[in-house]
Amino acid sequence: MASIPKPISTSPIGGLPGKFLGWIDDRFPLTTLYKEHLGEYYAPKNFNLWYYFGSLALLILVMQIVTGIFLTMNYKPDAKFAFASVEYIMRDVSAGWLIRYMHSTGASMFFVVVYLHMMRGLMYGSYKKPRELLWVFGCMIYLALMAEAFFGYLLPWGQMSYWGAQVIINLFGAIPFIGEDLAVWIRGDYNIGDATLNRFFAFHVIAIPLVLLGLVAAHLTALHEVGSNNPDGIEIKKNIDPKSGHPRDGIPFHPYYTVKDLVGVVVFLGAFTAIIFFAPEMGGYFLEAANFIPADPLKTPAHIAPVWYFTPFYAMLRAVPSMFSSQFPGVAVMGGATLILFALPWLDRGKVRSVRYRGPIYKAFLTAFVVSFLILGYLGVVPTTVWGQLSFLGGVDSATLVARILTVVYFSFFILMPWYTKIDKEKAEPSQVTY
Amino acid sequence: MSAIVLDQVDPQKRRLLVVASSVVGAGAVAAVAVPLITSMKPSARAVAAGASVPVNLSAIEPGQQLTVEFRGAPHWIIRRTPEMIAQLGKNDALLADPKSESSKQPAYTKNAARALKDEWFVVKGVCTHLGCSPTYRKELGAADLGADWPGGFFCPCHQSKFDLAGRVFKGMPAPLNLAVPQYMFADDKTLIIGEDGKGA
Repeated sequence: MASIPKPISTSPIGGLPGKFLGWIDDRFPLTTLYKEHLGEYYAPKNFNLWYYFGSLALLILVMQIVTGIFLTMNYKPDAKFAFASVEYIMRDVSAGWLIRYMHSTGASMFFVVVYLHMMRGLMYGSYKKPRELLWVFGCMIYLALMAEAFFGYLLPWGQMSYWGAQVIINLFGAIPFIGEDLAVWIRGDYNIGDATLNRFFAFHVIAIPLVLLGLVAAHLTALHEVGSNNPDGIEIKKNIDPKSGHPRDGIPFHPYYTVKDLVGVVVFLGAFTAIIFFAPEMGGYFLEAANFIPADPLKTPAHIAPVWYFTPFYAMLRAVPSMFSSQFPGVAVMGGATLILFALPWLDRGKVRSVRYRGPIYKAFLTAFVVSFLILGYLGVVPTTVWGQLSFLGGVDSATLVARILTVVYFSFFILMPWYTKIDKEKAEPSQVTY
Repeated sequence: MSAIVLDQVDPQKRRLLVVASSVVGAGAVAAVAVPLITSMKPSARAVAAGASVPVNLSAIEPGQQLTVEFRGAPHWIIRRTPEMIAQLGKNDALLADPKSESSKQPAYTKNAARALKDEWFVVKGVCTHLGCSPTYRKELGAADLGADWPGGFFCPCHQSKFDLAGRVFKGMPAPLNLAVPQYMFADDKTLIIGEDGKGA
């Protein structure tokens, strides 16, 4: 029996192109996909500035993949040639400097955008039922992104690449019993060397990008299954217009949000190109000065700090003293700080989603959390001696003490959440979105 | 010809078949993973590269540090002055592991100066916290390390402090004293790192 032709009358295209589209639709659900994800994907009409960062993250992902492909054409993943090949890209390859700066600035901007995207989810309760898996996929993307950034940072084979990798691989070495063997296995040698560089290259250009793409597909699929949340945190699907069958508070993603997102893209690219052309190293925050010196396994740079997007966690690592003759507690705290994000949907017992209708206790905790994250981020870039020592408490560095307190604040936001979200006095949500 | 009727399907048998084929499939995946995972271990060439290193001591001045590479990691030879050796005994109360009970060193260096000969301090220059290489800071009371700084090593990564026998101070991120490698003196002026004549 012949397949039943699908009606193509809804297609705005007529004539021969319309027939061609019909031919495709009989074999591949092109029109259906377009409708489900763009043309008839109804998104809440009260999106604000915070809703730019998802599409911007997607833009940066594409940009990183494209510039990455062109960088691999000239880069050599060999401990003897890696540093020189990066300098070759910067000096001799036509537009090589531009492609590399796009890639290195893109890495930092990826984290800027992703942190703001996560902040949005946190504020408007976008992780709450039924969006738990959407949030979990997002957390996995964040972890994959950190791995991708870490592997990529070794490739220029500068001093900071080398010693940063040394510290992070030794984090695994701190795991009791299996740690040391695990660290050797990750390095592929007793010390970071050519074998390590080669495999990090493989992870950076093949393994993690594939994982990332899969996770992004899962993230978007989950989003389009449950629908977008909004600044009011109310479910637009509960209020359907019986005449059209669409949510009263929803508008089709295309053209309304494609156009809105394009405005965001223009503004973002303005800032992005300004960084590339005027401050590609961003004063040592995007590309650290020590990384312009070739890796020297015998000499650690005088001041070592990870790239800015890791510093809040790095400050926590540094703040925890060793216990029971092991440095594992610090490593566990640092790992726990990222993994605890996964539990968020099940820790929050609040009835409302958006911070707009939350009570004062939640707002206070959220503020304390954001402030502690930012200060920890600052403390991670500076030496612990930055604020001098305290004469009492056995002359402990003031900055270390502050980092310890803020680490407790960071974790309290999560651990105390089941309690404070339950007792908080929440306001009534509106029945329709406000804007 | 008899058609399959749903009633005739034995669900228990079907479950057994699903479980059995899943287990076999998982076994096959695990078997394939073994060569992939072992390929990431250090290669035969990397293992063979860890030979011992001879060091000529004749040019080292008192108080001076020499760094040599052994198995890809920095190793230091420090010629301690009598004052430095005398200072070691005064640090004990401030140290996390003054007797090096939980730290790594060959039995013949588990003593007050952590050395075969007090004058020559041989140590692996890798912080026991997360593997950075500390800096040799012999100047007493250095401005950035406090007026009571007794001389030693300072790790730039996470600010761990060690004394001149590589022993870590209390409350530092580093849990243990710096590790001492196997070594021996071939003669008065030659040190061999990585070999101690005791069957390594």
